[in-house]
Amino acid sequence: MADFEPKIVAFVCNWCTYAGADLTGTSRIKYASNVRIVRFPCTGRIDYMLLLKAFAEGADGIMVSGCHPNDCHYTSGNFHARRRWIMFRSLCDFMGIDTRRIKFSWVSAAEGAKWAEIVNTTVASIRELGPYNEYKLLANKPVKEVTNG
Amino acid sequence: MIIDKWLISKDSLEKLFNVLKKDSKKIYAPVGRNGKISFRETDRFGEIDTGYIQTAQSSKEVVFPRTEKILDYNKNKDGVSVKGFDPGSIPEVVLWGVRPCDAMGIWKLSAIFNWDFKDEIFNTRLSRVTVVGFSCARADEYCFCTSAGGGPGNTEGSDILLTQLGENGDYLAEILTEKGSAIVTIASELFRENTVLNKEQFLADVPVRFDREELRVKLEKIFESGCWTKQSLRCLGCGACAYVCPTCACFDIQDEAHGGSGMRVRCWDSCGFSLFTLHTSGHNPREVQSQRWRQRIMHKFSYMPDRLSVYGCTGCGRCSRACPADMNMLEHLISIQEAEA
Amino acid sequence: MDDLRKRARELLEIRAVNVVIGYEQGTSGRKRAFFAEKPEDAEKLVFDSTCIQNLASYVTKREIRDKGKIAITATLPVMRSIIQLASEHQVDDNNLLVLGITSESRLIEFSNLAEMETFVHQYQIEIDARHREKLEKLEKMTPAERWKFWIDELTPCFKCYACRAACPMCYCQRCTVDFNQPQWIPVPSHQLGNLEWHIMRAVHLAGRCVDCDACYNACPLGIPLNLLTKKMVEDAKSHFGGYQPVLNGEHLMSTYKPDDKDNFIE
Repeated sequence: MADFEPKIVAFVCNWCTYAGADLTGTSRIKYASNVRIVRFPCTGRIDYMLLLKAFAEGADGIMVSGCHPNDCHYTSGNFHARRRWIMFRSLCDFMGIDTRRIKFSWVSAAEGAKWAEIVNTTVASIRELGPYNEYKLLANKPVKEVTNG
Repeated sequence: MIIDKWLISKDSLEKLFNVLKKDSKKIYAPVGRNGKISFRETDRFGEIDTGYIQTAQSSKEVVFPRTEKILDYNKNKDGVSVKGFDPGSIPEVVLWGVRPCDAMGIWKLSAIFNWDFKDEIFNTRLSRVTVVGFSCARADEYCFCTSAGGGPGNTEGSDILLTQLGENGDYLAEILTEKGSAIVTIASELFRENTVLNKEQFLADVPVRFDREELRVKLEKIFESGCWTKQSLRCLGCGACAYVCPTCACFDIQDEAHGGSGMRVRCWDSCGFSLFTLHTSGHNPREVQSQRWRQRIMHKFSYMPDRLSVYGCTGCGRCSRACPADMNMLEHLISIQEAEA
Repeated sequence: MDDLRKRARELLEIRAVNVVIGYEQGTSGRKRAFFAEKPEDAEKLVFDSTCIQNLASYVTKREIRDKGKIAITATLPVMRSIIQLASEHQVDDNNLLVLGITSESRLIEFSNLAEMETFVHQYQIEIDARHREKLEKLEKMTPAERWKFWIDELTPCFKCYACRAACPMCYCQRCTVDFNQPQWIPVPSHQLGNLEWHIMRAVHLAGRCVDCDACYNACPLGIPLNLLTKKMVEDAKSHFGGYQPVLNGEHLMSTYKPDDKDNFIE
């Protein structure tokens, strides 16, 4: 496990977390480089299917982040997103998908330091969990000879 | 066709199973799950269900899997490299516990996959399957094999057909092909000389309910009939009937891509889906369910006999059993004969 | 069910409706959907506890819609489905008349959907004890055990989409699985695609499912896929106080509360 470098995909909103991550950089804060950021107009636009696609394409962990409650650029996008996350996260857990690998956070445009810290702790916890082999196996399994289970 | 008749005792079936297993063959047999019986790979004789009239799914997956790889591709700086079908990847398989209607279904699929184009993948699979058929001692009201050209003891498609001679009795083993003979050769001590002359009395009674030649003639005249709409009002438009059918062979071709590499697969499709005929333009030549239902019947009972000289139905009754809306095939076929043009 | 037959006959005679959707005797003892279009057809209508198919899935079917005004025989889950469909602008009082059937098998006709809504709201959507037990059993497992359970259960799925077809809430002209740009869900049946399809189905039904079990009853392979939607019903209850389909007002998943639980968000 020593040479395992987690691959993490972060789905973030344009107005808060993306700007916050930018601030992390301009503040020259050093933090883990395992995260690939995908920018969205709003957390409300982050389709849960994208999270599943990230796992299917080999992500070991996922981050979802946007504006704090009451700070949404579109007033309520993050509130709607939160409700969906509650249901989706619970369903994932019910189906045995490892929800420890999906980290949700609110990071504002001013919280460059918080972003660095959350990324670092997420990378550390995913490193601890190891590669998400169960999902990778499912996604990479060739079509079985006869798949009638 | 070789016809050779032997007897095998009820207790020897397990031994036969184990001999086949030792012969390093994969064995697919009826196994229950969630109250439904389907063909699954098994290496335990005790797991096999024997009390079924019919399995929920047909055995067609062994020769025509729901999803099968056609090729692998990989894009690189020199272009695209393609790795095609590898016949060596197809295992030797024994299909155990197949009903005569399913065995006939495999033979019908063969007609489809060898019509204008000889399908190498299908033919390779078929060449490596040994079909151990079991005659039917019981039938239910969904069964209509005798109207579809088959019967509860029909030998077509089986390599060896076992018929139990009464409840708890021994089995009559009819050896029908070279593959069937091979089984007797490797397990000769289990088979003994046969003194039974007639298996008919031990078979289920499945009355003939319609004449398919008459039906075919009738279908030519009723393309525009209102009967299609009337029959299919309750059809929900799913693909259950096609996916449990032993002869439905429609498939889709899909690429499963991961970046620059991936595989091309063929997977089942169904004429019951609206998407099946949807054009890129948005036009759908079969835009309502009645047209799709008509296609299903026409294909099986008119187009297939016209083009392939075989009917596309074995009378197994699975579609009727599986239908969530009780679209009963036999009932509809009988009513078509009374429909007005 | 003489009342039902009598009323259906009347409605068809005076052409108040063009079709009455109900149940008739099917094959092998099953009951199935029946569409009475002539007064004499009404004699074929039957009703008993084996009439379990959710008939609301037919009111959005094009060939039924094209017939004009519809009357529908509706048990409680069917009534709930109709309210949800009405709130999603799929049916309204102008094209639908409901012939309700109470839990005591009594005919109760509603002059409009609002009246039916009042009737329906007397009852909550409740997961029955047998299924709650199944849910609890799964919840007690470790995530790895649950993963194995679901992969085992969903692997046989051959994607016939009978669950989708039987569900009155799955009325989309083109389902997400039918799109290929982008291809959200793989077309072939394999383990990954099956998992994604069943997750998608459950999420799209969150806050909309009326818990009628039509999906499970339709599955030709007996996959317990209704446990997923039942879990969503239970979650809606524990997180947001539950839901009822409403003609006017906010849907569970298209609204929010500022104090929705967020202890999992850092």
